[in-house]
Amino acid sequence: MTIKKLDKAALDKWISACIENQQVFGVQARDDRFVFAPLENAEDLRLDYDVTILPPKKYFLPPRETLLKFDRKEGFESIFDDKPFVLFGVHPYDMIAISQTDKLFSEDHHDTHYFERRQNATIVACDVQNASKDVFAGCMGTATVGDGFDILITKIESDYLVDIRTEKGQALAETIKDAEDADEMSVKLRKLVWADNTELLQKHKLHIRPDVLPRLLDRSMEHPVWEEKSQRCFSCGSCNLVCPTCYCFDVQDDVEWNLQKGRRYRAWDGCLLSEFAAVAGGHNFRRNRADRYRHRYYRKGKYVSEKIGEVACVGCGRCITACTAKIANPVEVYNKLVDEGK
Amino acid sequence: MCTCDSKKDIYFPLPATVSKVEPMTKLETFFSCRLDSGEELGHMPGQFVEVSIPGIGEAPISVSSSPTRRGSFEMVIRKVGNVSKALHELVAGDKIFVRGPFGTSFPVDGAMKGKDVIFICGGIGLVPVRSAIQYVLDNRGDYGRVIILFGAKTPRDRLFVEELDKWRHDKNVTLLQTVDRRDESWYGAEGVITTLLPLVKIDKDNTVAIICGPPIMYKFVVVVLLEAGLNENQIYLSLERHMKCGVGKCGHCQISNIYVCQDGPVFKFSDITDIEEAL
Repeated sequence: MTIKKLDKAALDKWISACIENQQVFGVQARDDRFVFAPLENAEDLRLDYDVTILPPKKYFLPPRETLLKFDRKEGFESIFDDKPFVLFGVHPYDMIAISQTDKLFSEDHHDTHYFERRQNATIVACDVQNASKDVFAGCMGTATVGDGFDILITKIESDYLVDIRTEKGQALAETIKDAEDADEMSVKLRKLVWADNTELLQKHKLHIRPDVLPRLLDRSMEHPVWEEKSQRCFSCGSCNLVCPTCYCFDVQDDVEWNLQKGRRYRAWDGCLLSEFAAVAGGHNFRRNRADRYRHRYYRKGKYVSEKIGEVACVGCGRCITACTAKIANPVEVYNKLVDEGK
Repeated sequence: MCTCDSKKDIYFPLPATVSKVEPMTKLETFFSCRLDSGEELGHMPGQFVEVSIPGIGEAPISVSSSPTRRGSFEMVIRKVGNVSKALHELVAGDKIFVRGPFGTSFPVDGAMKGKDVIFICGGIGLVPVRSAIQYVLDNRGDYGRVIILFGAKTPRDRLFVEELDKWRHDKNVTLLQTVDRRDESWYGAEGVITTLLPLVKIDKDNTVAIICGPPIMYKFVVVVLLEAGLNENQIYLSLERHMKCGVGKCGHCQISNIYVCQDGPVFKFSDITDIEEAL
């Protein structure tokens, strides 16, 4: 549609207007790290962040979400979250993760709970200004993003290019004041930012092209790396928790004090947790840590990839940072498979 | 992005009423149910439903009756988890909630048609397979010989005892049974289910085998069937996993790249031979 060029003051003014008009979640500092949280002041927004602790998936698939209300006599009632909101400052790799989850929740069985939120969201993505210490999006082809968002912000010198792509984006951008259309030079400079980011967001370097991963994994089921790495795994599920493409969940009921009414909710689950593949009666289909550890890599690099046609790891590096045992670096694992491949 | 605006909720369970409850063994109870809407469940043999008790939760349960027996659907539930324990408290007239049916079915209208069919069931493996057996018996002319092999831990663990007796007396059915441990009431065979296989004549080019039982049983039964000359694509089996959502999302029932709730629970053996973790 159009690309506007805003200076910092105009950007802040626009963000303030957004906050006034609707619920806005944006990236903010918490000590020396960053989180997505409700945004109350434009100056709290930190588009210069490196990576957030949790990915923005929490706004579409909340950690704990009511699916249904029930009354033991009356039965069930579906609960949908239908408040519009704006998500400000989504990095390209996280945007790609959201688009992947969109595919997974729409195909076969359309998940209305997910899509109610998704359709109510206006996503303002932003290009990365500072690389986090473990990011490897550059090797995954996810350092920049071409679509999925409503607006993309890129910092060019001291200005901001605001690229408005959708009708939702257009509606949000209506409150932009004091801005001209972006000049040709700024748009050219943006291409340089993208090229730079592809280079810079490679704190770990994958030795192969990501699209080769499914084939690499095809012959790596018996590789010693699974056993070797997982020996130190605490089965804590931190890698699942912080992953923008993990979406597995558990479903549970919660009853009120009167034992009549309650909620059925879903909550994040993780395939590294020891009981994940257990069935009633005691049998556990992935009892060994190594099996669970391997499952996660296969899910990212092969199973989901084959389903949606793109690798389900976007290189955000959160798992590397979050893992207490320091065994969750996907690049290290995949490189080992390449270098010591049989 | 999907722009489908339907408010249909894939997690919404429909009310049903329990019309009959009958304990079968110490752990397993039989339930007959009817959807409150008056509609048929619309399942095929081998499919499962998600059964809910509000406040307790939801569990995947296979349907044990054939869609040819209209008006109600039947389940046999083993008391193992929270939901199944709560289900055992129910009496006729009580309400449950169901979603489904989900998953693949035994090929009663496909590969099995016109063929000899051998059903091999261990323990509660008989529960989903009974749906297919009833379907075949209700359309008896469409199939060749019908052979049922059933193994239980002890005589007291046998399910559908009356129906087994009926099949035993049916001229059109060959039923062989065995128990792992005999007691004073049992005059039949003793031993694992594979000991029954050499007792039946299998027309290897014209037979479809349906297997359901505990995980360990598959490995042994499949080997014997292949030795008897069956191809991998003549063998169908039903796998157990925790199908929590039933709609291919929650991840719990995933084996390699397949979701048991969608790609299964019934699989053609040749489709899963290369899949690690399947058996």
